[in-house]
Amino acid sequence: MAQTRLESARMPGAEDPAGRRGEKGGGMAGKRLKAVTGVLARQGILVAFALFLIGFALGSDRFLSADNIFSVIRASAIIGVMALGVTVVVIGGNLDLSVGSMLSFSTVLVVDLHDKIGPGPAILVTVLATLCLGAVNGVLVGVARLNSLIVTLGMLSAIQGLTLIYSGGKNVDIANPDGTWFSLFGRGYIADIPTPIVIFGLAAIVLHVAMAYTPFGRRIYATGGNPTAAVFSGIRRSRVVFSTYLISAFTVAIAAVILGSRVMGSQNNVGQGYELQVLAGVILGGTSLLGGSGTIWKTVIGVLILGFIQNGLLLLGFQYYVQWLVTWVVIILAVWLDIAAKRGRLLSPIA
Amino acid sequence: MTAPDKTPAPALRLEGIVKTFPGVRALDDVSFEVRHGEVHALLGENGAGKSTLMKVLAGMYQPDEGRIFIEERPVTMRSPLEAKARGVVLIHQELSLAEEMSVAENIYLGELPRRSFGRVDWKTLYANAQAILDRLKCGFGPKDRVGSLSIANRQMVEIARALTVDAKAVVFDEPTASLTDAEKVVLFDIINDLKARGVGIVYISHRMDEIFTLADRISVLRDGAHRGTLIAAETDEDEVIQLMIGRKLDLSRHEREAANLGAVALRVEGLSCGSLFEDVSFEVSEGEVLGFYGLVGAGRTEIAETLFGLRQPTAGSIRIGDETVSVTSPADAIARGISLVPESRKEQGLVLGMNCRDNITLPQVGDLTSGPFVSDGAEVAIFDQYRDLLKIKTPSWRQAVGNLSGGNQQKIVIGKWLAMRPRILIVDEPTRGIDVGSKSEIHALIRDLAKSGYAVIVISSEMPEVLHVSDRIVAMYHGRITRTFDVDEVTEDNLVAAISGIGQDKVA
Repeated sequence: MAQTRLESARMPGAEDPAGRRGEKGGGMAGKRLKAVTGVLARQGILVAFALFLIGFALGSDRFLSADNIFSVIRASAIIGVMALGVTVVVIGGNLDLSVGSMLSFSTVLVVDLHDKIGPGPAILVTVLATLCLGAVNGVLVGVARLNSLIVTLGMLSAIQGLTLIYSGGKNVDIANPDGTWFSLFGRGYIADIPTPIVIFGLAAIVLHVAMAYTPFGRRIYATGGNPTAAVFSGIRRSRVVFSTYLISAFTVAIAAVILGSRVMGSQNNVGQGYELQVLAGVILGGTSLLGGSGTIWKTVIGVLILGFIQNGLLLLGFQYYVQWLVTWVVIILAVWLDIAAKRGRLLSPIA
Repeated sequence: MTAPDKTPAPALRLEGIVKTFPGVRALDDVSFEVRHGEVHALLGENGAGKSTLMKVLAGMYQPDEGRIFIEERPVTMRSPLEAKARGVVLIHQELSLAEEMSVAENIYLGELPRRSFGRVDWKTLYANAQAILDRLKCGFGPKDRVGSLSIANRQMVEIARALTVDAKAVVFDEPTASLTDAEKVVLFDIINDLKARGVGIVYISHRMDEIFTLADRISVLRDGAHRGTLIAAETDEDEVIQLMIGRKLDLSRHEREAANLGAVALRVEGLSCGSLFEDVSFEVSEGEVLGFYGLVGAGRTEIAETLFGLRQPTAGSIRIGDETVSVTSPADAIARGISLVPESRKEQGLVLGMNCRDNITLPQVGDLTSGPFVSDGAEVAIFDQYRDLLKIKTPSWRQAVGNLSGGNQQKIVIGKWLAMRPRILIVDEPTRGIDVGSKSEIHALIRDLAKSGYAVIVISSEMPEVLHVSDRIVAMYHGRITRTFDVDEVTEDNLVAAISGIGQDKVA
């Protein structure tokens, strides 16, 4: 009935079907391209990983040997375990830059206490002390609602000071590395697999399940995605944020046990710079620094990519510090491609 | 620019525009034109494709197919800047001004007049800006800081910005959403002035009265397709609405079933919260809809937030059923059977990056478990139930809520809180910014909820809405209840008087 007085149900200019069909053809090709970029955007991290593996394998025959692969994963385990915890913090909408100096503190503590009170109590005390540090982060960011960048950057410095006060500036070591079961964590094997890899794998599975399949994980995603809406949904935001920092600290304590056991000693600044490597693994895994998105298993991939790139470069005969440059390039490219895939082009006048 | 002749050429013409997003065909072969010296209104429900079409016009989106002509020359517009250079200017619904800069700087942002060595030519800048402001009869100067201006005046700055170029077409997106009546008159004058200069105007709005005041032609979009163009002088509201929603709109009032009320669900006595609201008393029974009407800032939202545990009262008592309670947190409120559908769905109601199902189940996810894990089946069952009940349109529960239209987003928020099966449901501005069709669906739903025994509190700034859904209406003015009406005794006059603080015949 409305149709009777329609001035023009179809607008003038529609009498050009040939031209339009031409446009549609272009659209089809565009769609195929979109499908490809879509896959790249979603699985780009895996594609990049595969390309690196192929490239390095062609360049060095040792690269794909079982020995080498195990040693890379074992070497990545320390950063990897910490990256798992930091991923949880980042999904919850915050940052944790204090993990590097927290690692120094915990490693010095566990190694120093080992000979004083025995391995079991040393591990227990270290875990509790590290959780306390995490709780400080958690209270300041979660309860007092301070900016996480500033809080954890401050904690980075504060914990470094704490470590030096504790150790008096001296390095610590374990007197008899061969006579303690503490060597299991860094040097031992479980079912023929190096223990650090087993620990990394178990921690990844536990945290992945917790984040993806439990109400607790769901609340972390919601809090990171929209803290206000989370509060309006009855989620206790301070508790959620607090608990993410406890998780992060706990993974640092695990990493410290592995590291202390591997080295059987510790310098005061052993974890210096680790926070950036950890964050690099998280970012390569595609976790958004804005919070609310990301997955644990992709962080595992991100950390392994870092590990294999660094190892591959060494095997190809590059100097050690080249890896810092390449790592940076890879991270920037990863972030750029991620954003470009979201907005559909490389450069954009609006974000 | 010359005055338009008898058969003006199109200033701007779109032909066969197609734009798709993942899972949504936002624009499906849309053709549209606006002539020189014409106001062409663009209507459609939320999600009909208006915003997308507008963004295509302004160069923010590239169409997948179709062509754009300006004065019959084909063009491509890759950015808002390019669109503006070609004479197509968009006046945003959400203003995009640099608040810390002056009015003049904002008007000429990106193209400030220069002197040698790249220094800004302030003298010319202010003189040019003043000339434009004079033309718009603005009551503020070019040196004023934009952040200090009212929303209406900021909109004037946006319009002034459009006047710095030789605009061939200007797109207004819901320009009156935050304007007072007096400010609207000024805006309409400006639009008519632009029209007289031969500029083509695209006018997007939900408000029928404005459209019939201003528009020469009216085009309607529905589900991404162009449903027709009507000549304003030859049509009426009913026809336009019918074209918009594709069916007849039910505008009748709800049937009042007297005395079908259950027990008193909530009784509030002498409740105060600092200076936000004072000495507020009311009660709502099961099966009843209590409307809260008042101006923005009258304290209605703050009362809701206090009942929901987001604020702590400084005096007074809250009784739920037979029990006097203190609600200490939203979690506490939820446990006591209170649900709040908040005022702002994007900021308070939804996690936009999360999928539809997870948003709906968020408040109760801790209870939907088997062992330590969230039960997928239980979640999907709840989603399916409320998708069907509320007729939520989404390709699947996996769709991120941010990709849905405003009306569907609002239904997700309502579903989320209905799924809690509350005793008391508070809805704050349930239909803000959503289209006519979804609006009447939500109104019907609120009535149904009351009928099935919920105690419902509806806060609204729209008089037809409170009249349509409420059994009783609480009028508020400056943090106080001025009068509580039975809906049958309400007239437009006494309700407006009550919320304006006129003739304070208090009934508490």
